[in-house]
Amino acid sequence: MNIPLNITKTIHDWLFSIMPEGAASIVEMFIIALVYLGIFTVIGLFLVFLERRVSAWFQLRIGPNRVGYQGILQSLADALKLLSKELTGTVKADKFLYNLAPYFVIISALMALAVIPFTKEFHAFDINIGIFFLIAISSIGVIGILLGGWSSNNKFALIGAMRSGVQTISYELSIGLSLLTMILITGSLQLSEIVEVQKNGWLIVQGHIPAIIAFMIFMISGTAETNRAPFDMAEAESELGAGFHTEYSGMKFAYFFLAEFINMFIIAAIAATVFFGAWLSPFGITESLPWLGIFWFLGKTLSLVFLMMWFRWTFPRLRVDQLLTLEWKYLLPINLVNIIIMALIVWLNLTITF
Amino acid sequence: MEQRTTIDKSFKSEPYQINMGPQHPATHGVLNLLLTIDGEIIQKVEPDLGYIHRSIEKMCERDSYQQIVHLTDRMDYLSSNINNEAVCLVVENALELEVPERVKVIRTIIGELTRISSHCLWWGIMGMDVGALTTFFYGFRDRELINDIFEETCGARLTMNYNVPGGLMLDIHPNFIKRVKKFIVHFKTKIPEYDKLLTENIIFQKRTKGIGILTKEDAISFGASGPVARASGYSCDVRKYHPYSALDKVTFNEALRTEGDTFARYKVRIQELWESLSIVEQLIDNIPEGEHRVKTNAVIKLPKGEYYQKVETARGELGVYVISTGTKSPYRLKFRSPGFSNLSLLSHIAKGGKIGDLVAIMATIDLVIPDIDR
Amino acid sequence: MTNEALQGIISSWFPNPDADKVSEITENSDVEDGSEEQPEAQKSINPSLLEFIEEGSQFLNVLVQPEQFYALMSQLKTNEETCFDYLFCLSGVDWGEDLGVVYHLESTIHRHIIVVKVKTEDRENPNLDSVCDIWYTAEFHEREVFDFFGIKFNNHPNLKRLFLTEDWVGFPLRKDYVDEINMVIK
Repeated sequence: MNIPLNITKTIHDWLFSIMPEGAASIVEMFIIALVYLGIFTVIGLFLVFLERRVSAWFQLRIGPNRVGYQGILQSLADALKLLSKELTGTVKADKFLYNLAPYFVIISALMALAVIPFTKEFHAFDINIGIFFLIAISSIGVIGILLGGWSSNNKFALIGAMRSGVQTISYELSIGLSLLTMILITGSLQLSEIVEVQKNGWLIVQGHIPAIIAFMIFMISGTAETNRAPFDMAEAESELGAGFHTEYSGMKFAYFFLAEFINMFIIAAIAATVFFGAWLSPFGITESLPWLGIFWFLGKTLSLVFLMMWFRWTFPRLRVDQLLTLEWKYLLPINLVNIIIMALIVWLNLTITF
Repeated sequence: MEQRTTIDKSFKSEPYQINMGPQHPATHGVLNLLLTIDGEIIQKVEPDLGYIHRSIEKMCERDSYQQIVHLTDRMDYLSSNINNEAVCLVVENALELEVPERVKVIRTIIGELTRISSHCLWWGIMGMDVGALTTFFYGFRDRELINDIFEETCGARLTMNYNVPGGLMLDIHPNFIKRVKKFIVHFKTKIPEYDKLLTENIIFQKRTKGIGILTKEDAISFGASGPVARASGYSCDVRKYHPYSALDKVTFNEALRTEGDTFARYKVRIQELWESLSIVEQLIDNIPEGEHRVKTNAVIKLPKGEYYQKVETARGELGVYVISTGTKSPYRLKFRSPGFSNLSLLSHIAKGGKIGDLVAIMATIDLVIPDIDR
Repeated sequence: MTNEALQGIISSWFPNPDADKVSEITENSDVEDGSEEQPEAQKSINPSLLEFIEEGSQFLNVLVQPEQFYALMSQLKTNEETCFDYLFCLSGVDWGEDLGVVYHLESTIHRHIIVVKVKTEDRENPNLDSVCDIWYTAEFHEREVFDFFGIKFNNHPNLKRLFLTEDWVGFPLRKDYVDEINMVIK
């Protein structure tokens, strides 16, 4: 058992000292799974609350402010409400797929979370194909959406699911290619190494112009990948009612809802890791205090999350054919040219390092 | 072998039908559109009406003219004041009743404020339909101010019933002029904000330009009116051609565009905000002194004959056609509602577009379902 | 254009064959002369098949027989001098004995207005010509009239109930419609 699980060194060592190796690994896996489930829920609920407050701020409202301090427990209350709601469904739905679909979405989001480097230590699953793993996992989520839309026997849901399929498959290319652009600098797919490289300057600084282009493309396609406005074709409220999750209620709906927010967090976290040096402080000002890494990481991630919320609450929605035009006619060619430029820059040693 | 042929058949693509509404976020009420769609492309739009039909025309045949005014509030509830005015005007014209100048001016001011508030709401909904949710609250922020002014003057916010045959229910509130002036100053800074948030947005322009084109000939033939027709270059403002109340005393430009697409309809309404504001501005300082109401008989009986009155509501031309036999109720009363005619052209211009286009087109046609269903 | 001039033009389209014999006015198909003289002496016999009413309305009213109705409407639309291209109101009316439809027409070029009325005595199976190929807007309005008055329009592409359900019995806006449950009658 040589899985690179290293949530914290102390717990790891302590577990291995009192148990045989196999049992200790399994126990450690359970502990990590529980910890990440906790993180998952907390982040999900917090982002729901944050989105509501941010949107309220954009829309001249106050937003939730009654439950807990400044309404911080509002989304918890909502989650409890959703838990207690009746699970409804259509009569002619394909019951098995209908019930399975939310789990695809939520499990893929949860799996992706495991690879995110919160700090140097707090990084559960540091595999050598980290970025590749993230891209692969994030494309599983779309299966859940497709299944949910297909199996709920509702034409609006089906249209939403088909749109989502088209959209995710297209924009995955851009996500992959824009990350590939950055990997040309790091020379590694492993997230810890990508962070390590950035001790000489964040990649967005190291790669300067092509890196900024790649960052912009990543944010655009990342927003599209998470099905958020202005790319919320799959659940376009004014067109399709609720899109693929029209027929879901209660906790199953909450799974889709939570997964959307977790996916947003993951996209922002990848961007923070690849472009902004994850838990590294700017110019190494808090290098002596490694536990502050979590502060920097969350700070960067939440700023990017805020950026995505900003998109959502200001832009109108694209039409489905415009969405594909944007990807295939603009983002993809720009991306390919960008990779060549980045390759030249790396080859000619034109990167900026401190 | 036989089975194979059936399988081949099942893989053929064929159009399918979905019911958009009666409970759907984009239909703004209980409109049911039966869409025939091929993939995402709309082949046919068939409106199915009557979900809130109350047969106001039949009710009018039993009610007195004062009561009919109240029913009109419930038609196009966003321009209720203008609807009230239409019925009052038709009664006053039939009785050859000369209302005081003060009443005419106040009616025009209130009517234009109603138009502004209706367009504010429309603007919010328009943004929401194309996916920008924030516009809704911006539109409502300014609409609230007008509603507050109305509430102070006539006690209601939506269904005002402020006009009665012969004048106004009450005189304006002492604060009215002050608050309207304050609103004008406030709103002049807000229309540019609308432009900044939505009009100049590149996604919005891409969504609306060249979508749902209505030619001038079709606009006339479909009986389109209001901003929908004016965006196609068809000059049809009732306020210009058949001025009523104090509209012959003010100068304003008719918002006209020639493109006839969704963006033109949008721009026409934004321009109308400016025009209505200028009408209010011209009149607010010159409200003549005088009575707010002339006495009418408690039971109004129109002389035998037929009367027709056109007014321009926020959605277009509202016509009231009264056939009177000399009794206290009309023999037949027909409302020519702008929404009904405008709805009939929806299928024509939405054909061949995407579902997203249909939603944008519907937003700029600005349907109010009680107005269609009456 | 004044109402008198309009009346002159329009009445010349449908000369009354009986009046022809009396006054020996030759059939005048081209209508460029708007102020064509109408002999005063022929008041007893209408020179036209159309009936003009001006009292009790601010517009010129024309009453036309169902047989000439479609021809009149297409003339009103296509003729350059009348050019009534905007059908702004189409209302069904139950006159007690007759069922009828009232068409309010406006010209967007000349800005004159005319009201055309057509009546039918057949209450069981009223039949009129549709004008929805002349003005597209008529399609919806005629469906509304069919819904509430039961007047069937020939050549209508999609004549079915618009507001009411398909199985609704009766036509609510007729004067003899009785529904004791849903209607409040004073």
